[in-house]
Amino acid sequence: MKRLTRHAAFWPLATLVLLVLLNAVFNPAFLTLTWRDGHLYGPLVDILNRAAPLMVVALGMTLVIAVRGLDISVGAVVAIAAVVAALLTGGAFSAGGEVSSEYPLWVALGTALLAAAACGLWNGLLVVKAGMQPIVATLILMVAGRGIAQLLTGGQIITVYYPPFFAIGSGFFLGLPIALWIAAGLWAVLYLVLSRTALGLFIRAIGGNPEAARVAGVRAAPITLCVYTFCGLAAGIAGLIISSNVKSADANNAGQLLELDAILAVTLGGTALGGGRFSLGGSIIGALIIQTLTTTIYSLGFPPEVNLVVKALLVFAVMLLQSAEFRALFTRRASAHAGARE
Amino acid sequence: MNRRLLPLTVTMLLFVVMAGYGGLRYDGFLSPQVFLNLLIDNAFLCVAAVGMTFVILSGGIDLSVGAVIALSTMLTAALLQAGCNAYVAMALVLASGAAFGAAQGFLIQRFGLAPFIVTLAGMFLARGCSYLISTESMPITDSTYTVIAQARIPLGPDASLTVGALIALAAVLAGMRVAHSTKFGRAVYAIGGDESAARLLGLPVGATRVGVYLLSGISAALAGIVMTFYMLSGYSLHAVGLELDAIAAVVIGGTLLAGGTGYVAGTLFGVLILGIIQTLIAFDGTLSSWWTKIVVGVLLLLFCLLQRLFETRSRKAA
Repeated sequence: MKRLTRHAAFWPLATLVLLVLLNAVFNPAFLTLTWRDGHLYGPLVDILNRAAPLMVVALGMTLVIAVRGLDISVGAVVAIAAVVAALLTGGAFSAGGEVSSEYPLWVALGTALLAAAACGLWNGLLVVKAGMQPIVATLILMVAGRGIAQLLTGGQIITVYYPPFFAIGSGFFLGLPIALWIAAGLWAVLYLVLSRTALGLFIRAIGGNPEAARVAGVRAAPITLCVYTFCGLAAGIAGLIISSNVKSADANNAGQLLELDAILAVTLGGTALGGGRFSLGGSIIGALIIQTLTTTIYSLGFPPEVNLVVKALLVFAVMLLQSAEFRALFTRRASAHAGARE
Repeated sequence: MNRRLLPLTVTMLLFVVMAGYGGLRYDGFLSPQVFLNLLIDNAFLCVAAVGMTFVILSGGIDLSVGAVIALSTMLTAALLQAGCNAYVAMALVLASGAAFGAAQGFLIQRFGLAPFIVTLAGMFLARGCSYLISTESMPITDSTYTVIAQARIPLGPDASLTVGALIALAAVLAGMRVAHSTKFGRAVYAIGGDESAARLLGLPVGATRVGVYLLSGISAALAGIVMTFYMLSGYSLHAVGLELDAIAAVVIGGTLLAGGTGYVAGTLFGVLILGIIQTLIAFDGTLSSWWTKIVVGVLLLLFCLLQRLFETRSRKAA
């Protein structure tokens, strides 16, 4: 039992199960899954689908935080990728019943992802080469990135009319949402790369003790650059899912506050904010907790405004539980108690 | 020349160059009221940025200021609608801002939590609380408030300031005095420079750190009050992203993000530069508002690179 509770993913998973059970008690239909129009249908599938962009961003954020970094520009990168994809697929210019895309779909998606990866690389260069603090380096792109996205769209919301583009965010494959397959696929690739090669070890070493990692011969600079680039790419993928789901790209609002949700998901999943200890699966569960929480608040009939307050209290609780000083408060009391009994 | 003054000098020169450029290109740019408007339109940002300067000087960061401003405008509007006296309402709002900031400071200090994540959660909480008061915009019709909002303090012909702008100037002066000639101010610089050295010197590190966030909370609440003078309404979506503008103003004002070096006066120039960018874009008329974001981003980049250069130089000199 003790070994079970000590496992990194135990508490996040327990929270998630508790949330799902809470929903099931208040709304018996919550756990029902039906097969309709050739795919699974039900509140659980809905949560998985809606949580997909957050899962993808949280995966990138996990690695950045693991190397003692932070990326607060992911919301802006989501907007850039969404806008590039929507513009190249041909939204604004092919209106009026026209359904062919401006450029082939793979060109549009590829360019959007390249742009997003370039954003990540830029962040990485500022952190690694210019030696800036990560929060400052990514603050620059967070401010300017949304401006660039608005510049590309001319301040308009770009609507996409090309149906194949919609599959990413609202299509199904083998009965499950394609967005979920994308998130799961990304997780699987990362998991294999990080556990089958030494890369995962290197990332833990850089985050745990940069100086020791350097002495041990870990080349921190290229690895950190790759991690930031990957985080940008992940934000780009999320941008494609989001814009495909709403069939448009809004430079001003796409991915708004997503950086905060992503950091929250990573923290909930048990990744240490100080770096060194990370859990990809935990971050996925963290993203699911956030989305389930949102759904719970709606389905229990609370006004949506409560959502932010609940999220805030949740962050405070998780932070305190992670703090050594806070835990010391209780272990000291417990040991004092034990001492008194003797 | 004192090299600590270098970033501040660059900022002031930049302001003069931008004003000169505006004067050459656009008619009527160099009128006194255009410059007074920089202060009037950015008064709330200026007040919040003064508090942010102390936080950054101490080596921390406060992401909750925008949300605390919004909560303060909502609290003001709700208290006034409930029939509360205007001055009592202001005092209550300031007190709650102080309490909010102090609570964040306590969590950061007592439990060794990262300022970034604590104030991030604080931002969620403050924004959420203002949504709980109301999701709609609440107008302020109290007579004391409308009188203050419409008051103009004449400064020669065709030039005047608002009460909000005066409060902003007073906040900068008070901030300079606290930073440079009080024990608290010296302790803030010492903690930002080297925390363990400050501890060894016997400075009250814990109390100072809580004090810094308390000060930032009060500043944000005061900025909220200034905003209610400016907007005459409370709204939970007021000041979204203002914390980023405040951080940008502090950085452009020459304060090192690593803490320990900087001037409150620089922050005033940082705010004025953000203001003059918007004014230039407004005067041009053909440029769109998103250019503001891009230019602010580029300036942030330049100043951060300048800071890095400055840091490596002084390290080599030492």
